[in-house]
Amino acid sequence: MLGLSGYEISLITSMGIAVIFALSLNLITGFCGQISLGHAAFYGIGAYSSAMLTKAGMPLAMGMIGAVVLAGAIGIVVGFASLRVRHDFLAITTMGVGFLFLGVMRQWDFVGGEMGVSGIPGSGLGKPGFMILVLGLVVVTVLFSLHLKRSWMGFSFDAIADDEDTARVIGLDVSRYKLAAFAMGTALAGLAGALYAHNVRFIDPESFGFVESITVLAMVVIGGIGSVFGVIFAAAVLSVLPLWIQFIDEYKLLLYGGLLFAMMRFSPGGLAGIAQKLSSRKAVKVPGGGSA
Amino acid sequence: MSKLLEVSNLRVQFGGVVAIDDVSFSLAAGEILGFIGPNGAGKTTMMRAVTGVVTPTTGSIRLKGEELIGHTIHQRVRRGLGFSQQLVKPFRNMTVLENVALAAGAHHTASPVSALFRIRREDQKDRAKDLLEQVGISDAAEADPSNLPLGYLKRLEVARALALDPELLILDEPLAGLNHAEAHTLADMVLDLNKAGQSIILIEHNLGEVMRICSRLVVQDNGHKIADGDPETVMSDAKVRTAYLGEVVDDAAA
Ligand SMILES: Nc1ncnc2c1ncn2[C@@H]1O[C@H](COP(=O)(O)OP(=O)(O)OP(=O)(O)O)[C@@H](O)[C@H]1O
Ligand SMILES: [Mg+2]
Repeated sequence: MLGLSGYEISLITSMGIAVIFALSLNLITGFCGQISLGHAAFYGIGAYSSAMLTKAGMPLAMGMIGAVVLAGAIGIVVGFASLRVRHDFLAITTMGVGFLFLGVMRQWDFVGGEMGVSGIPGSGLGKPGFMILVLGLVVVTVLFSLHLKRSWMGFSFDAIADDEDTARVIGLDVSRYKLAAFAMGTALAGLAGALYAHNVRFIDPESFGFVESITVLAMVVIGGIGSVFGVIFAAAVLSVLPLWIQFIDEYKLLLYGGLLFAMMRFSPGGLAGIAQKLSSRKAVKVPGGGSA
Repeated sequence: MSKLLEVSNLRVQFGGVVAIDDVSFSLAAGEILGFIGPNGAGKTTMMRAVTGVVTPTTGSIRLKGEELIGHTIHQRVRRGLGFSQQLVKPFRNMTVLENVALAAGAHHTASPVSALFRIRREDQKDRAKDLLEQVGISDAAEADPSNLPLGYLKRLEVARALALDPELLILDEPLAGLNHAEAHTLADMVLDLNKAGQSIILIEHNLGEVMRICSRLVVQDNGHKIADGDPETVMSDAKVRTAYLGEVVDDAAA
């Protein structure tokens, strides 16, 4: 169908899910400047929610809505907790949330414990149909991200990401904006998780571990913090690399950790920053162009 | 008599250091008050207590009769405070114009949800342009604030505070980093604002300009208020002269 092989369809579907997941973290880390080292937990909450709901006989749509609502609700709770900590502790707090999620899932028999959940219902749309659903949701997510960036919410996020104390002095309710970022970003991660669950149809706690959190963070940072198209590109490439090149899968943490470090050190603007520098070589006075 | 701002018996402590010790002062609507004193007198700390950046141990701060203590910074700003800080804090990930436009859009950003549904920035950018013109830095509108000299960043702070349309404008050393002519021009602008009805508290070490534009002075030294009244009387006060002696001589020598 569509002239694509089954392998290509599953590749594109995986890419699409990774793009949604990466853009969800981009709302929190990219737009609002709040680091998260435990984002895979919300991906997992979405996956488990939709898996359990559909296994209990609910339709796919209900599973996905449940995933979004539950991930977003828990995201708000974590957001509240993170309001009390400053930047450097936020990394540790969110990492803790990630491990807490793993710990709970491993012990909780209702969701299969270490064994995970198998026999998750498929989408009922067939592989090409599911791919189109995923791509449709990618388009919606991208449009939403672009809209957010241009809105006054995105404008306020810029200020908060740069200097939250000064953001308060110009009247921004920094806490509410951060909560909004957490709510939207975690809900969207829940959606990506639900899609993942119905795509692979088997999930276990290991699918949502620290490596996944670092992977998605690497996508955001390598793409260029806050840049929608940079993040889409990085997510698409990094999600299929391990599928193409088998040995990368085993060295994921090393590779992504290294890429993360290199980007932070040499191009904090990520790939988007590099692209912007190359294209604006001749242009004068590019705002934010720095001393390049 | 209706007071716009009324600070009573305020005390601020940093560990063992008492930065403000039982200070009271007030400001009538429409007034321009010079809040002066030597380095380390606690002037900045007083204004940070008013805006909520630091929390006083005791005392009360009322704006239009309402207690501010217990309210967060952004709530106080939305009740009518505009604060131009001594240490300049531009947002470095946006242009000078955007810095001011964001503040000018305060009614758009009051709640995240309504902010999400608003896109147009043209009106706020136009207002920001006017304000940059007013403070004399419109040539830097599209510049990255990281590359600007202090004199520009000071005026950016002032423009950003003005963009909030505050009932009370607090300026903490707005003239620092400006040359003589620039300082004179900006002080004229501040005076014009006041003549148009803006209530202002001005913290400044440039006493020449302070004397020229302020209708009343409060002098603080070492955490204590040592004088309060019309500029001539205050500056001839013996205590004020002693506190200021070193600095007045320095100024004359410079
Ligand atoms: N955050 C802080 N922590 C500890 N001490 C502080 C803090 N802020 C101010 N101080 C101390 O409080 C005192 C008053 O400082 P403040 O900055 O208010 O003085 P100022 O009158 O604004 O001086 P200047 O004219 O130099 O700006 C000083 O002794 C200062 O060291
Ligand atoms: Mg000061």
